[in-house]
Amino acid sequence: MSAAADSHHDDHHHGPEKNFVKRWLYTTNHKDLGTLYLWFAFAMFFVGGLMALVIRAELFSPGLQFVDPQFFNSMTTMHAIVMIFGGVMPAFVGLANWMIPMMIGGPDMALPRLNNWSFWIMPFALAIFLSTLLMDGGGPASGWTLYAPLSLQGGDSFAFVIVSIHFMGISSVMGSINIIATILNMRAPGMTLMKMPLFVWTWLITAFLLIAVIPVFAGAVTMLLTDRYFGTSFFSAAGGGDPVMYQHIFWFFGHPEVYILILPAFGIVSQIIPTFARKPLFGYSSMVYATGSIAFLSFIVWAHHMFTVGMPLAGELFFMFATMMIAVPTGVKVFNWIATMWRGSMTFETPMLFALGFVVMFTFGGFSGLMLAMTPADIQYHDTYFVVAHFHYVLVPGAIFSIIAACYYWLPKWTGNMYDERLGKIHFWSSTFFVNLLFFPMHFVGLAGMPRRIPDYNLQFADMNMWASIGAFGFGGSQLLLLYIVIKCIKGGEKATDQVWEGAEGLEWTVASPAPYHTFETPPEIK
Amino acid sequence: MKSTSLKKAIATAIGLTLGGSVMAADKHSTPLNMTQGATDISHEVYDLHMAIFYVCCVIGLAVFGVMFYSIFKHRKSKGAVAAKFHHSTTVEIIWTAVPLIILISMAIPAAKTLIAMEDTSEADMTVKITGLQWKWHYEYMGEDVSFYSQLNAEHNIARQLDSGVDVSQYHWYLKDVDNELVLPVGKKIRFLHTAADVIHAWWVPALAVKKDAIPGFINENWAMINEPGVYRGKCAELCGRDHGFMPVVVRAVSQEEFDAWLIEKKGGTAEPVAVAEAAPAAEGSNTAVATAGGGGAAAEVSMESQMARGGEVYAQQCAACHQVNGQGIPPTFPAITGSAVATGPVDAHIDIIANGKPGTAMAAFKGRLSDEDIAAVITFQRNGLGNSVGDSVQASQVAGN
Amino acid sequence: MSTTTGYYVPHDAKWSIVGSVGLCIFFVGLANLVNGGGWLTMLVGMAVVIYMMFGWFGLVVRESESGLYKAQEDLSFRMSMAWFIFSEVMFFAAFFGALFYARTFSGPWLGDISSTTNTVLYPAFDYVWPNNGPGNLGGDYQKMGWFGLPLINTLLLLTSGVTCTIAHHAIKDGDRSKMVRWLLATVILGFIFVGCQAYEYYEAYHHYNLKMTTGIYGSTFFMLTGFHGFHVCMGAIMLTVVMLRGAKGHFTADNHFAFEAAAWYWHFVDVVWLGLFLFVYIL
Ligand code: HEA
Ligand code: HEA
Ligand code: HEC
Ligand code: CUA
Ligand SMILES: [Cu+2]
Repeated sequence: MSAAADSHHDDHHHGPEKNFVKRWLYTTNHKDLGTLYLWFAFAMFFVGGLMALVIRAELFSPGLQFVDPQFFNSMTTMHAIVMIFGGVMPAFVGLANWMIPMMIGGPDMALPRLNNWSFWIMPFALAIFLSTLLMDGGGPASGWTLYAPLSLQGGDSFAFVIVSIHFMGISSVMGSINIIATILNMRAPGMTLMKMPLFVWTWLITAFLLIAVIPVFAGAVTMLLTDRYFGTSFFSAAGGGDPVMYQHIFWFFGHPEVYILILPAFGIVSQIIPTFARKPLFGYSSMVYATGSIAFLSFIVWAHHMFTVGMPLAGELFFMFATMMIAVPTGVKVFNWIATMWRGSMTFETPMLFALGFVVMFTFGGFSGLMLAMTPADIQYHDTYFVVAHFHYVLVPGAIFSIIAACYYWLPKWTGNMYDERLGKIHFWSSTFFVNLLFFPMHFVGLAGMPRRIPDYNLQFADMNMWASIGAFGFGGSQLLLLYIVIKCIKGGEKATDQVWEGAEGLEWTVASPAPYHTFETPPEIK
Repeated sequence: MKSTSLKKAIATAIGLTLGGSVMAADKHSTPLNMTQGATDISHEVYDLHMAIFYVCCVIGLAVFGVMFYSIFKHRKSKGAVAAKFHHSTTVEIIWTAVPLIILISMAIPAAKTLIAMEDTSEADMTVKITGLQWKWHYEYMGEDVSFYSQLNAEHNIARQLDSGVDVSQYHWYLKDVDNELVLPVGKKIRFLHTAADVIHAWWVPALAVKKDAIPGFINENWAMINEPGVYRGKCAELCGRDHGFMPVVVRAVSQEEFDAWLIEKKGGTAEPVAVAEAAPAAEGSNTAVATAGGGGAAAEVSMESQMARGGEVYAQQCAACHQVNGQGIPPTFPAITGSAVATGPVDAHIDIIANGKPGTAMAAFKGRLSDEDIAAVITFQRNGLGNSVGDSVQASQVAGN
Repeated sequence: MSTTTGYYVPHDAKWSIVGSVGLCIFFVGLANLVNGGGWLTMLVGMAVVIYMMFGWFGLVVRESESGLYKAQEDLSFRMSMAWFIFSEVMFFAAFFGALFYARTFSGPWLGDISSTTNTVLYPAFDYVWPNNGPGNLGGDYQKMGWFGLPLINTLLLLTSGVTCTIAHHAIKDGDRSKMVRWLLATVILGFIFVGCQAYEYYEAYHHYNLKMTTGIYGSTFFMLTGFHGFHVCMGAIMLTVVMLRGAKGHFTADNHFAFEAAAWYWHFVDVVWLGLFLFVYIL
């Protein structure tokens, strides 16, 4: 993309490598790697989305139409893992790669070679993961949570699933270490921690979460592996273990994981809203503390996914209270965003639209999360489409919308061209319409008693499922428009100014658009 | 077929939605909201659900009200000029404290209900519920009555991938079973949940009972049903291929009716299996009988009737895993067609069906099926599904195993 | 040198591609192996990874020795190593968590007379730690006591921590050959530890009938000690490399990050062992 030549220095100093293979395979440049991460995530979003479309096609009407139940289950499982580990996480890492060095005034990531490795693991890891679909017995089909003992029933592909998770985990941990080292060690002089843009802050905390919980997940799946192949009995009562033990270890990872999927989104929205409200972010320091509190709380709420497993009463009460507490710091964030808009001077370009969509629909998902936190009610909600509705609201118009918003927001900086604003607006409105058509009805069928992870259902649920399926195809189709808009913007368009947005503040807006291949080799001054 | 049934489904769905008359499945299941249910606890849960829902609505209205006000009034195109403020300790304290208070006031009633839900003491009777891939086993503790319960046989045919059956003709599609769990009203019934293979979850919305069935462990729960009626639920934990086809049906009846049913059931189980077979198909000829064994005399049964009976048993009991056509789902569920066991020495074949294979989903069927049924299904496997060993197995051979 | 501030940003990273390919082959090989395939693929993958390590670390060593790294780069490395060790701590935490959970929760649920699970399903089963479950999986076995080999191992590791620290002081005083000598002692102690551990496993399998298949006791015992033993090997290899580099004249009093990284790692492994000694052997 950006091929701006560096003006000021010696021979060794070069722009991007000319040779394509060398440029993209060997690159250590944070911008190149950010680009790679983003494209990879986009591709995986489509792969995971196609799997979701298989699910939605089968659920369009009652009766089995297209797929065998076993294959359906493996679509559910793989859809989730591809979206989370292949889609959202790499997309956030890509944004971190592109933006963090520029936002803190550093020359690059702290460990550029490691950065290259973290990225180049991902395609291999996902290739192993996806290849299990072609193996005897098909892909994993026990849900993305891989609960024992069901997950132990799979075919040979099971071992491949486990190793691919280890492989992805290595990438995430190395990537996170790099991000922490960059933020703590590469800031320009004067860029104190409490001056860092919120996107940087949220990523600092996210990276910490990742390093803390990915290894726990690795431990959990390692025990699955030994239970299956080496005769251990961690998760089997006959040997004195317990299937529920797997769930505890998994969710000790799994719950912080869902905040890993949302904290960078909070950061992005906290960048965008002030820009388009032309007013500084309200309550900067309380935003930082709220992020920290959410991260802390995320370690002590995991068992809210397990209210029906038969935990002792004291445990259920504790996890209910702790979970409800999370609404407080999250509320602080929502209120701060709204206070930022209050008496601002707002305009509504596409990034702002997506950010506003995020605020409304994420909060919506947060509300249903709060409902789920109430244990007696969760006993009815659990494992129904109500849960599916909850987490898609926080993940799709939540995490995915924030990523889309970030892309529109920074595309001009990346490419030097403005995207097509009219198409962007169309993209926003059609995405918003369809995403609600897709996920809103799920609340109803869930409450009315439709369990999740089923390929077929009673006629009672037919109409709502039909709407959801129409919504899914509409939402998926809308994302083709995004692909078109991005390509069009890379190819050309109205030239972007350095500042791009009238209200934009921060170091990344002080460099040229497109951002030169190397930025801030001389650290900027920060007042 | 596919496209027509698809079209029909679309037409029905659109009709229903536009007409605004969404079909309610039964009186305890509203189309768009949680059921109020038929127990005190389920009513409490419903009230909690509605309370937190309204709380969220009010907060939502307030928050988005402010937001949209600001979006409409404070826009640049209306000439708004940005203010400069960027924090205020007072409002920040308020909007931390207020949600906290709201949450505490929600947590207290929730905790109360939860404590009541978990109190399984002083029950009048106990039912042990075991989840298996993919059926339920019910045991009335201390009553010597136990039986299996699985998806209604007709639905089971209709739900196959290429069945060609229009499923919309069944009102209770996927919500009906062969043997219902019969319970008395007005009694505190304690449930013991466990599983034989993987985790299942026994869920009946109208009773507000959902508890995971963990293999090797017992979970407890209870319900006291207020009104007679039929309450339908589902397995609520992914348990493999046919997780979606594992319904639960509870029939709540008066104490007198329950007692009568129990006696009949005890008598029923004591009868020779041959008589039970004459019962309606829905009762299931081959489900049952922990206490069987006193069964029919060991007369030679002809190959044809062996094959016919074996085919039925196979479709009911085995096809879930080994598939109707005997191809299985390798590698987890082996094919029967051409299987070394099913075409090899007869003893090994009897052994695996009678005693199962520990550590796999292949359960022991001895005690679950009568010896006659086991003999029949073995014969069927050896001579149907593409196999042709030629021998026929008799109940007496099974009995020795 | 590529930046005017002096932070060294290398310009190509072909070794990481080699690493990805190597790891990919390794993991596929591993999955194949557990499914009953051969060792070959996995070993090939391992060989590629080792080749990558030689190439990559060699490059970094050359860069370091040529003075490309200054305080800021050094700090990046230190942070990374510290956070990497933290991630390993969490990895161990999962296994320790399994041990604690089994001992405090599932064990009593299965075997305590006050639990319904016990009275309904396993009336004859009694829970005491160590335990191999109501199924008596793996048959009767003997517990691995703490006296004897485990105690010797504890002393070995503690001593090696001391020798490692002496080596550290030596390099800080600029005495490279003293560092090498004490490192040699550390590494030898480490490998003796591994030897003892191997012997203990042999004993367990052949005389105690204590195996991985011995219910939850065997599972946690071998998972924790095995994973730890693997880390001891890694640490010992790291120290060996540092020692060899020292022998070649690398490191100075104020530039010896590789030494410190390896030493931190070694201490971490040491501390984990103390946890194991306490929770796996003594209690
Ligand atoms: C991005 C991901 C994400 C996020 C941010 C959240 C956020 C929350 N989640 Fe969610 N959750 C998931 C992803 C996420 N979740 C996933 C993937 C699952 C399913 C996993 C699986 O089983 O496969 C799940 C499941 C799940 C469950 C288990 C349900 C079940 O299986 O039975 C529960 C239960 O407590 C829960 C609760 C919450 C809560 C309380 C929050 C809170 O953080 C929400 C806080 C936000 C708000 C409350 C809104 C804003 C606040 C205000 C405006 C302030 C004022 C408000 C009040 C005082 C009410 N979630
Ligand atoms: C970040 C995570 C993420 C994201 C983005 C999504 C996105 C979507 N999800 Fe998913 N989902 C999960 C995480 C996510 N999901 C998780 C964790 C589960 C639980 C799994 C489990 O139970 O184990 C789940 C489960 C889940 C279910 C329940 C399955 C079940 O219980 O059996 C369903 C059903 O509708 C569903 C649907 C969708 C749809 C329609 C989208 C859409 O947003 C996808 C839109 C994208 C596309 C459609 C692709 C892009 C477009 C094209 C490739 C062009 C071609 C398309 C057209 C021309 C139409 N998801
Ligand atoms: C819940 C799933 C399930 C059901 C129901 C089931 N089986 Fe099986 N069956 C299995 C599994 C799993 C195996 C493989 C066991 C192993 O690993 O060897 C198996 C193995 C067998 C085999 C040996 C096949 C071979 O080649 O190894 C036979 C014969 C068999 N089952 C017969 C039956 C009969 C008859 C019934 C019904 C009465 C039945 N099964 C019901 C799961 C099931
Ligand atoms: Cu049984 Cu799901
Ligand atoms: Cu959670």
